[in-house]
Amino acid sequence: MNDKLFLSNSDSTPMYAQIVDQIVAKVLAGDWKPGQALPSIRELASASSVSVITVKRAYLELERASVIVTRQGKGSFVAEAQDLPRQLVQDEFDSHLIGMVNAAHKLGLREKDVVGQVRAAMATELPTPAAKNALTKR
Amino acid sequence: MDMETNSAIALRGVSKRYSDFSLENIDLELPVGQIMGLVGANGAGKSTIMRILIGLIRADTGQVEVCDHRLPDDQVAAKREIGYASEDMRLYKGQTLRWHMDFVQRMYPSWDALYAEQLLKRFDVPSAQKVGGFSHGQRVKALLLLVLARRPKLLLLDEPTTGLDPVARAEVLEALADVLRDASRSVLFSSHNTMDVEQLSDTITFLHKGRLVASEDKESFLSSWRRILCQGLWQPEIGAMPEVVSARNNGTIIELKVRDGGDVFLSRLNQLGITIKTVEPMNLEDIFVTSVRAGAPQ
Repeated sequence: MNDKLFLSNSDSTPMYAQIVDQIVAKVLAGDWKPGQALPSIRELASASSVSVITVKRAYLELERASVIVTRQGKGSFVAEAQDLPRQLVQDEFDSHLIGMVNAAHKLGLREKDVVGQVRAAMATELPTPAAKNALTKR
Repeated sequence: MDMETNSAIALRGVSKRYSDFSLENIDLELPVGQIMGLVGANGAGKSTIMRILIGLIRADTGQVEVCDHRLPDDQVAAKREIGYASEDMRLYKGQTLRWHMDFVQRMYPSWDALYAEQLLKRFDVPSAQKVGGFSHGQRVKALLLLVLARRPKLLLLDEPTTGLDPVARAEVLEALADVLRDASRSVLFSSHNTMDVEQLSDTITFLHKGRLVASEDKESFLSSWRRILCQGLWQPEIGAMPEVVSARNNGTIIELKVRDGGDVFLSRLNQLGITIKTVEPMNLEDIFVTSVRAGAPQ
């Protein structure tokens, strides 16, 4: 029962993406260590009260992102590679960047203004993103 | 190991006609180890399909197979594998739930007494009280307990969560999730609450007025439909695009519900001078209503 994930119907994030996010968070935090075996798809589905096909899809996404590896007949494991979370955070960065650019267009901001604001924001040490950065750099 | 993909349920060309309702030409397959949710309004034909599968009624035409047993010829063998629960099942009012548990245990050697006790605790139903005094929720949970503790290969559950309070509903869904652990067991359950179906089902089947509107694996269902909110001048070309299932506009605000509308589709919208505001996934309820309204035949 300790492998239960906490999924919610009222979350606008699709179920499979909630599973991906929580597993990535577990791997990043070291709850699940490199090489460690993941619960089987059916185990995790049953424990989290979500369909098998949804967990299957989440595992496929995690495999594609190289967070986990699946060995035929043996199950899935946390990948050994150390810089694996980097790509994930990069993806997150990219989507925020797109969002920012869209919002800038709506506001009619000029490139110069946007760059200026980004520079100012990066000069201010924001504790949470900085800590996150330190986690993912190495 | 069981590598062959057997079917827990296989319906081919099944029809059943009544004076006021008919089930028309249903093809349906549930592979072993999967959960299928049957979604449809009242009178869509969900219960009729369930009753055909348990052998309570006989199809006029078509083939019916349950756990590799042909109905109606192999009915006795099929029934041993099936656990069926529905609203209209009766308990003996003057007897306790414990009495019913003993009764079912004597009839079915597969009865799991330990699991039955766990379910009793989880469902929080009094086993020593006469069932005649049970509330609706207690009665539903008692019926499910009697079926689940037999650990049947195939569960047919007709509206198992209807009329339950939210706490009881969560308990029932968790009990259904227990079944997932065993790859040899399958579930067909019906509901008009799409949220319950969405959570646990591998495959979703939409029924409307006795016809099958769609039957697909849930993830491809959810990932192929999108609601797109955009802005621009309305033109009939938009509604005519094959991906567009539903289109509405109010002034320059346009709402589209589309299937398989990928990047190519979005750039075609852009070429028509339409600005895309948001692209978001749709929930099952919205997909169901949109499909039915569009009259999307299979």
